[in-house]
Amino acid sequence: MAGCGFYAGYPITPATEIMEQMSRQLPEAGGVFIQMEDELGSLGAVIGASLAGVKSMTATSGPGFSLMQEHISFACMAEVPCVIVNVMRGGPSTGLPTLPSQGDVMQARWGAHGDHPIIVLCPSSVYEFFDLTIKAFNLSERYRTPVILVTDEVIAHTRESVTIPSKEEIIVEDRRKPTVPPEWYTPYEDRETGVPPMPAFGDGYRYHVTGLAHDLHGYPTTRSDEVGPLMTRLFNKISKDFHLLQWFDSYQTTDSLITVIAYGSVARSALRAVREAREKGLKVGLLKLKVLWPFMRRTVTRFLESSTKVVVPEMNMGQLSREVKRVNQGKCEIVTLNKVDGTLISPAEILKNLEDIYP
Amino acid sequence: MKQSEHLIYKYLRSSKRFPHIWCPGCGIGILLGALIRAIDDIGYSKDDIVLISGIGCSGRLPTYVDFNTLHTTHGRALTFATGIKLARPSLKVIVVMGDGDATAIGGNHFIHAARRNVDVTTIVINNQTYGMTGGQFSPTTPFGLETSSSPYGNLEHPFDICGLAGEAGATFVARSTVYHARLLEEMIGKALHKEGFSVVEVISHCPTYFGRQIGMESPVEMMKWQRDNAVRVERAKELGEEELRDKIVIGVLVDREASTYHKEYERLRAKSRLEDNAL
Repeated sequence: MAGCGFYAGYPITPATEIMEQMSRQLPEAGGVFIQMEDELGSLGAVIGASLAGVKSMTATSGPGFSLMQEHISFACMAEVPCVIVNVMRGGPSTGLPTLPSQGDVMQARWGAHGDHPIIVLCPSSVYEFFDLTIKAFNLSERYRTPVILVTDEVIAHTRESVTIPSKEEIIVEDRRKPTVPPEWYTPYEDRETGVPPMPAFGDGYRYHVTGLAHDLHGYPTTRSDEVGPLMTRLFNKISKDFHLLQWFDSYQTTDSLITVIAYGSVARSALRAVREAREKGLKVGLLKLKVLWPFMRRTVTRFLESSTKVVVPEMNMGQLSREVKRVNQGKCEIVTLNKVDGTLISPAEILKNLEDIYP
Repeated sequence: MKQSEHLIYKYLRSSKRFPHIWCPGCGIGILLGALIRAIDDIGYSKDDIVLISGIGCSGRLPTYVDFNTLHTTHGRALTFATGIKLARPSLKVIVVMGDGDATAIGGNHFIHAARRNVDVTTIVINNQTYGMTGGQFSPTTPFGLETSSSPYGNLEHPFDICGLAGEAGATFVARSTVYHARLLEEMIGKALHKEGFSVVEVISHCPTYFGRQIGMESPVEMMKWQRDNAVRVERAKELGEEELRDKIVIGVLVDREASTYHKEYERLRAKSRLEDNAL
């Protein structure tokens, strides 16, 4: 539905089901599926297909995600749209292949070498997975950048019924193509949006693509007066729209003294915990984040100002809570609730925490 | 020669700031010239050619010529090429890599692209060293040689790139040196014509590093070495193992027919539709 026509991947638990589905569905839909020799190759093929004009994606988990970082960095620099799904499992290393984790929140942000902007979305239900995948493709096409969907083993293996909207209801964005004749085309010229139009290889616009710092024509350069504007544009094209990337759900937060900030499968436990706490008369609420990066400073700040305490439960030792603390700046008390033993944080654990710290 | 001069201007990018980055006496320029002549001879449209490279001195080659050009990551050019060819099979995809690029960091991608028989022409320019980083030993450096990263001698034995490609499933494998520029052009032409994974290994020279390490500082001397040690494949068949030791066998080494990946994929697509209808 997002318009994806190419998938390249490598088997890895717990993300293999995505690949298996693609191997069945893409050929009959006219797309291309290929199983590559490793994750480096998978993302290389994905970027190649995208340069040839086809929306492309891959899916993996922790160790494979590490291997993909080299090409995530390339896609940032060369501005090639692509979507990468990382179904987070317990780590470090081979860790807990079959069990959930949220240990790659920082890897998704900072795993690729070099300073770069990145967009990371995080679904917490099957429907959100569907919805955010379409949005991930739209964002990657709009900004010419890799977009990462992080989720965890629990969400990836959840089965629940969803209502698929009709095709007419779904907004699908495609990359802007140049409208000028080829001889007028300057591939990396800064436009108003900061995102240059992108032709496909074979469209008649012959241009150079490289991972090196490049000038407006795409040719390698080390001149600071050319590298500086390139890097500034790469960041600005996304940061100018941070206010548009504030996607969240809030529940019972209008009068909440304590707000739980959660994402992924933990947000589901948190919702149950908040409901039960409310039944007991506790004024608590939930802020569920659907965008992890760029971090939703505007949205989170609003809830930090309206609450006396904020709880951040995570299946890691405190990755997103660092960001919450960074933007908090003394507005309220931040409480972390961390778990790295391969089990989901249960509603009971969050509820107990809420009761313990309730003012 | 006059005609050749004109020809390169037809393909060089006028918008590119020259000079190029290659050292005086480098063999890569000879390869680029041969590649251009072979492409021009077949008469491809510039719009239909995608020229891809990895990292290293050879990585800069696509920058200078007027095709769809892509400078990828170290060793992984073939994975990008695979994606492009499958997404848009009408494009003619050519990959240029160095010896370290193709057989060290990219060795896995190289054998799997050959095994899949992706319809890509791959040119491996083998100067037996990592030139751009300063002359460290590569998977094709001779045993025992003292290099920047083997000051007491290289402990590793070199790969036979053509043997590797042929065994892995390439449908066309040929070797030339940059000294044999006309043969090189002919081999590239044949590789471009061939449907499937075609490989041309190009023995080249790096006077800046490898030459100095083996005591040959002049590119002319190195090219004479190529001339004196190359043996045509037809002649090589008549020679024994001992006579062929340290010789470079040049010419067409493998030429066979096999269905390409994207053709097989078309069949799979038709099958998936049939099965879908049957359900």
